[in-house]
Amino acid sequence: MPTVSVKRDLLFEALGQKYTDEEFDELCFEFGLELDEITSEKDIISREQGDEKAEGASDVVLYKIDVPANRYDLLCLEGLVRGLQVFKEKLEAPRYKRVSPADGGEPQRLVITDETASVRPHAVAAVLHDVTFTQERYESFIELQEKLHQNICRKRTLVAIGTHDLDTISGPFTYTAKPPGDIRFKPLNQSKEYTATELMSLYKTDGHLRHYLHIIENEPLYPIIYDSNGIVLSMPPIINGDNCSMLLNLKSVFCVCLQAKTTLDMVVTMFSEYCEEPFTVEEAEVVYPDGRLCVYPELAYRTETLSGDFINKRVGINESAESIAQLLTRMCLRSEVSGEGDLIQVEIPPTRADVIHACDIMEDAAIAYGFNNIVRSTPRTYTVANQLPLNKLTELLRQDLAAAGFTEALTFALCSEEDIADKLRKNIAETRAVHISNPKTAEFQVARTCLLPGLLKTLAANRKMPLPLKLFEISDVVLKDETKDVGARNNRRLCAVYYNKSPGFEVIHGLLDRVMQLLDVKPDRNQGYHIQAAEDSTFFPGRCAEIFSCGKSIGHLGVLHPDVISRFELTMPCSAIDIDIEPFL
Amino acid sequence: GAAGATGFGSMADTGLLESLLRLLEKVDGGTDSQDVAADLGVDHQVIVGAVKSLQALGEVISTEQKSSKHWELTGEGREIAEQGSHEARVFNAIPDEGLPQNELMKMPSGKVGFSKAMSNKWIRLDKAHEGGPRVFKTVETIEDTVRDKLQLVQKGQSAKLEDKEKNELKKRKLLSEVTVKSYWITKGSSFSTTITKQETELTPEMIASGSWKEKNFKPYNFEAMGVAPDCGHLHPLMKVRTQFRQIFLEMGFTEMPTNNFIESSFWNFDSLFQPQQHPARDQHDTFFISDPALAHEFPQDYMERVKKVHSEGGYGSQGYKYDWKIEEAQKNLLRTHTTAVSARMLYKLAQQEKFTPVKYFSIDRVFRNETLDATHLAEFHQIEGVVADYGLTLGNLMGVLHQFFTKLGITKLRFKPAYNPYTEPSMEVFSYHEGLKKWVEVGNSGVFRPEMLLPMGLPEGVSVIAWGLSLERPTMIKYGINNIRELVGHKVNLQMVYDSPICRLDS
Repeated sequence: MPTVSVKRDLLFEALGQKYTDEEFDELCFEFGLELDEITSEKDIISREQGDEKAEGASDVVLYKIDVPANRYDLLCLEGLVRGLQVFKEKLEAPRYKRVSPADGGEPQRLVITDETASVRPHAVAAVLHDVTFTQERYESFIELQEKLHQNICRKRTLVAIGTHDLDTISGPFTYTAKPPGDIRFKPLNQSKEYTATELMSLYKTDGHLRHYLHIIENEPLYPIIYDSNGIVLSMPPIINGDNCSMLLNLKSVFCVCLQAKTTLDMVVTMFSEYCEEPFTVEEAEVVYPDGRLCVYPELAYRTETLSGDFINKRVGINESAESIAQLLTRMCLRSEVSGEGDLIQVEIPPTRADVIHACDIMEDAAIAYGFNNIVRSTPRTYTVANQLPLNKLTELLRQDLAAAGFTEALTFALCSEEDIADKLRKNIAETRAVHISNPKTAEFQVARTCLLPGLLKTLAANRKMPLPLKLFEISDVVLKDETKDVGARNNRRLCAVYYNKSPGFEVIHGLLDRVMQLLDVKPDRNQGYHIQAAEDSTFFPGRCAEIFSCGKSIGHLGVLHPDVISRFELTMPCSAIDIDIEPFL
Repeated sequence: GAAGATGFGSMADTGLLESLLRLLEKVDGGTDSQDVAADLGVDHQVIVGAVKSLQALGEVISTEQKSSKHWELTGEGREIAEQGSHEARVFNAIPDEGLPQNELMKMPSGKVGFSKAMSNKWIRLDKAHEGGPRVFKTVETIEDTVRDKLQLVQKGQSAKLEDKEKNELKKRKLLSEVTVKSYWITKGSSFSTTITKQETELTPEMIASGSWKEKNFKPYNFEAMGVAPDCGHLHPLMKVRTQFRQIFLEMGFTEMPTNNFIESSFWNFDSLFQPQQHPARDQHDTFFISDPALAHEFPQDYMERVKKVHSEGGYGSQGYKYDWKIEEAQKNLLRTHTTAVSARMLYKLAQQEKFTPVKYFSIDRVFRNETLDATHLAEFHQIEGVVADYGLTLGNLMGVLHQFFTKLGITKLRFKPAYNPYTEPSMEVFSYHEGLKKWVEVGNSGVFRPEMLLPMGLPEGVSVIAWGLSLERPTMIKYGINNIRELVGHKVNLQMVYDSPICRLDS
């Protein structure tokens, strides 16, 4: 969930009202935001770097507000204020308009060349004309781009945004792609020119930019945008040129977005507020390699028609169509009753790309109505409950294993390869283990194929407890299985260990007899269960038996091999049983 | 244990006990064990033992512990009481014709005695004497007051000395003040001067012969703890799981088969209308599987409908308008939520000839490739409830949640709008925490999106409401555990497992 940091006093000034922290928190809650933290720059620095570094930092109160991940229109102060003011009916949602250049001149033009085909053959552009920035507005503008880059743009992998001072460059602009050695310009905040190849190594150590290098690093051609005089606007998605970087006192902003028109709409709608004519955006033309000419920004409004009855029935309220239209209007979805029955015409603005279905509109009506004003009612759905037979069996056995004197352990389903192979004196290739491709540490290399390692690790962590230690676990292991759609399946196992100064095979054997008694399986070589001597590398030679039920092998029991004991950092003899309980369903 | 608290093995001999009791019979208002020791001429510790034995017999005597301070001679003090002070010994050693100083100094008491006798002016030193310095007596007789005082203390008459005198002797390390623990003994409610042997336990022979009627039984010590039963224990998290299962069953919910940790991206994400570029599908959040890397079997026509709703929309939706790839859907992973199973179950429900309403639940493990800390592990248990029926409303979801949480002992609920890719509306559930005096998040909920349900083939009018929460969090709160590693995994403290009480969520 993205977090937006805004200055409290600035926010209240824009809202035209002062709130206590509690009141504002309440407003956020109702609207679906979360006032996550109240802090200041000074607090943040002092927490992260110590009090000394915080000396002299600003102690202006900051509100950190969590915004739902799909609400890109609330990612800056401007958007938040607009959303809340409309919600509180203090403001009518603005209508965003695309306009032609004011002086009757030609619109700015961006020409995309064929070479971009291998990188990102799509770009959109727009102009914010006659815009007035203050320090705060400017910071907010930069911050919004950063937030969009992190969220909707997926860390610049999907979309890259560039904004430039239009007075320092002149169109038409060219978006092309060149070998990195052929690109040479002075990037933002640097004092000299570099080739793109040099830049890539320069930014290897840049804490911020190094995360984006991989996006183009291995491409033969890098994307690059020039103006008509060969000045570099940007090398997206890495860095802007220094010549056209934005300053506080600029007049017009040229915005370019690679790939996504929604992102462009978001940037320009939020800050068109500060244009000479608020909420207007000057158009720009984009010429595609195939000769197609498109005009941006789209700023498309869409109208959906739905019935008041639909909203009422889905939410569980009983409101007139008019009042529902009013609720929706408060959510920046300008709505009116169309006159035919209870049909409501809902206009979706370009800022609400998250509204893709009538259910999204229904949710907004419910939010405006107030979730907590909705009458809570019990559905009349009549059903009879059933337990999953496997879980029912597990629950019953757990109770009785505890009654038999064994204590329940709860161990991880993920572990290292070593845990299920080397430490048990097994070969990993023979385990049928499912392997994880991206474990952050060795603890998460595989899904366990048996419960024994977890129990032995539990013993090791509790060596100080009085002996004997008697543990059990009934849980799932995971095995590769070609017959399943995903190529693997769970298997419910029962495992128990007895750890004491003597191996206690008879104790574990007694537990097997008890479990079989509980499962109503008699000791019988054919119709019941029996054990017979077996060799298994995990167990001490001559001290291991295989367990059969109705002629089918279901597991092993025995005294663990001394190497297994020491590899799990244990010091006493230990006997164990491990059986599959699924045959007893 | 109560029964074994005292044994007859330590019982003092009956003769002494009876002497003590006879002595006690004669005094009014009781006596001090130290006086008893003096009267009977035995060591005080022996009397203390006798008192303990009598206490074990029940109400024969009653006692009160006392502590008193008294003065006692040190080893050196005792020597002086016997042989005289060092200065007196020096004085007595000097003949009338005097003694060479170096000879006098060879005496054991020489050094200390010489200086004391000098300061008492009992002796004088003639340094100029021919043949070396010589010591002479200056008085005929002396009074050895140090010895006299110590002898008084020895006789128990220290009270006759002034505090100043006692402190001076203490400074010379001849006296020390000791604390003596003694008993003030009075007659008990069943006082008697004869001892009858008490039985420790009822035996089968006593029952058979009826002899228990004449016997006296040693009282139990009910202050002691009992012997811990030799038993196994259930894990606290599993005890809480049992309770949640019980709650769902009481509410008529059927358990879903969640025994499939490995899931395809298709069921975990795509079927839930979670777009393929969604951050949750990132390597940083999800464990992907390298072997077996891909799922190979999908319901083909359903998959086509999923592809279409993602890339083009449909069912009244705009869709996400991107190039949906089967390669992405095939990728196997460790399920990140049990909702993947809910999706399979709802798809299965949609394949029925005729739709029937269902209520489903599950409690099982899910996996996240997250940064670990005191409250986050790579695997945890998710509790999930799902209701599918015609015409379910958001108000119904809140009603079900209210019933569910009431069973957990939580009645004050409120709901916050939230975002979740597969539910719309989505609501975070908050409950008022009386301890923290604030609203805390206790779960997540929502109504499944039509883009998820309609491609499955569920009828248009059917709504599916669902909610989820973690099992670990309520368990940690219930059992007062701050670090999740102390609860889940092999680092668990078994003593905590042994000691954890039963789980009743509503109390």
